[in-house]
Amino acid sequence: MEILEAIRTVVAGIAAQHAADVDEAARFPHETFAALKAARALSAAVPRDLGGQGCGMRELAAQCSALAQVCSASGMILAMHHIQVACMARHGLESAFFRDYLQRLAQDQLLIASVTSEVGTFGDTRSSICAVERKGARFELNKDATTISYGASADALLVTCRRAADSAASDQVLVLLQKGDYTLEQTTNWNTLGMRGTCSPGFNVRSSGPVEQILPGSYADSSAQTMVPYSHILWASLWQGIAGGAVARAASQVRSEARKKPGTVPPSAANLAKVMAQLQAVRHNWQAVAEEFDALQVSENAMQELLGLGWALKLNNLKMSVSDSVVQIVHQALQITGILGYKNDSPVSVGRHYRDVLSASLMVSNERIAAKSAAMLMVFKADQAAV
Amino acid sequence: MQTATSDSAIRKIQGAFTGGHDAFRIRQVLQNHGRLSTSAFELAEDADLYEAGMSSLASVNVMLALEGEFNIEFPDQMLNRSVFSSIAAIGAAVKQLNGA
Ligand SMILES: Cc1cc2nc3c(=O)[nH]c(=O)nc-3n(C[C@H](O)[C@H](O)[C@H](O)COP(=O)(O)OP(=O)(O)OC[C@H]3O[C@@H](n4cnc5c(N)ncnc54)[C@H](O)[C@@H]3O)c2cc1C
Repeated sequence: MEILEAIRTVVAGIAAQHAADVDEAARFPHETFAALKAARALSAAVPRDLGGQGCGMRELAAQCSALAQVCSASGMILAMHHIQVACMARHGLESAFFRDYLQRLAQDQLLIASVTSEVGTFGDTRSSICAVERKGARFELNKDATTISYGASADALLVTCRRAADSAASDQVLVLLQKGDYTLEQTTNWNTLGMRGTCSPGFNVRSSGPVEQILPGSYADSSAQTMVPYSHILWASLWQGIAGGAVARAASQVRSEARKKPGTVPPSAANLAKVMAQLQAVRHNWQAVAEEFDALQVSENAMQELLGLGWALKLNNLKMSVSDSVVQIVHQALQITGILGYKNDSPVSVGRHYRDVLSASLMVSNERIAAKSAAMLMVFKADQAAV
Repeated sequence: MQTATSDSAIRKIQGAFTGGHDAFRIRQVLQNHGRLSTSAFELAEDADLYEAGMSSLASVNVMLALEGEFNIEFPDQMLNRSVFSSIAAIGAAVKQLNGA
């Protein structure tokens, strides 16, 4: 609860102050991250015995949502960092190297970026072209990445790749690259409609490092057990936060209209009531899945269950429905604020929220996710109301 | 003469597969739907199918084809990566449903 409190009371104020500039200049929100590090938020997902806070899904999601309400890019970067840390914390604890690394991460508040997308795999995170090649005690790994958010500002990268040069495209592992192990050559720009502060251009990654930085196990497992659940739940929470930020602006405008004529409810208030209902449904959606995920963790079969189609479908459903709803909610907020919300320099502007929230259905394409769910539904029977 | 030779050839091939007729049918399903990088007829019973190149989408097609081939329905709790991770694991799942 400490970190969430710090985000709400201190960090959000700083993030709000710089959000417009971060967006306009498409720059890394370094003021926000300095404040997050001071609050030790970057080790929220590190287990307590390794110096972190051991936060569960519900708590991590609440942090992302609170931050995204004032600065979407900051919320997204925090979410992506938590996702990478969770992969190491849930799959690396049997490795002395990863235990030590997580301790260092907590101590120094290191920021980790994600390198899943690759030129040539077309947004399918479960296949790779590049491979990690072991050469004695060291590896070499080169990846032509389409998109690496805050790649240039991160302290380390977590990269998907094939297990070896002769492995199948879907036989992947995760490899940690620490500063000094890699060089980044920027290949594309990041001049986008929204989410500009995530600073996510393409890079050619060239690296070599010690083999113990290859995360134990298969990405096939860690993807289903950690990367996908953390991504879809934390993303949903931050997208809801962005929509909540737009609705908060609409609400403040309705209240200020109401103050001008006490006794008469402004006409836009009815729309506010409706959009509040939509926003609550979205918030309860991620909260329910996050709580279910946290509750599952005490079970012996947790990791097995996460490999099942029931969870895969549940998470896909959350991602698709939240990413669609938040666009409608911000659109409604714009109808309520009218021309004032349409103006980029007004205090109730919702332009940035609108542009940012449009990335939700693209960040792992909803069409791609729907196609996967459709295939799963050919065998899934929902016979235990498991969805 | 011709038929006898091919029959014995088939028997020889089948004999090479441990696990009997069910395992042979499972291999056929994997060959047609698993999109493996090697032949399903050359895999060891306990070889990891995901390491052999079966994607998650392909594994769903394998589940579907197995349901058709064996006229069974996998209950949702069996629709799990680990149940479909090798020929032996699939064989055990099929046997469990057929025996039930
Ligand atoms: C803000 C933001 C930050 C990001 N940060 C990172 C990062 O840090 N690291 C990283 O690795 N990646 C990152 N990504 C990339 C992201 O993970 C996806 O890879 C990327 O958004 C997908 O790109 P795409 O639309 O070209 O791919 P695709 O998924 O290939 O989609 C292309 C088109 O094909 C359609 N399509 C695809 N599959 C199907 C199907 N089966 N049926 C029907 N239509 C289909 C889609 O609808 C779409 O129109 C980021 C993306 C965004 C938006």
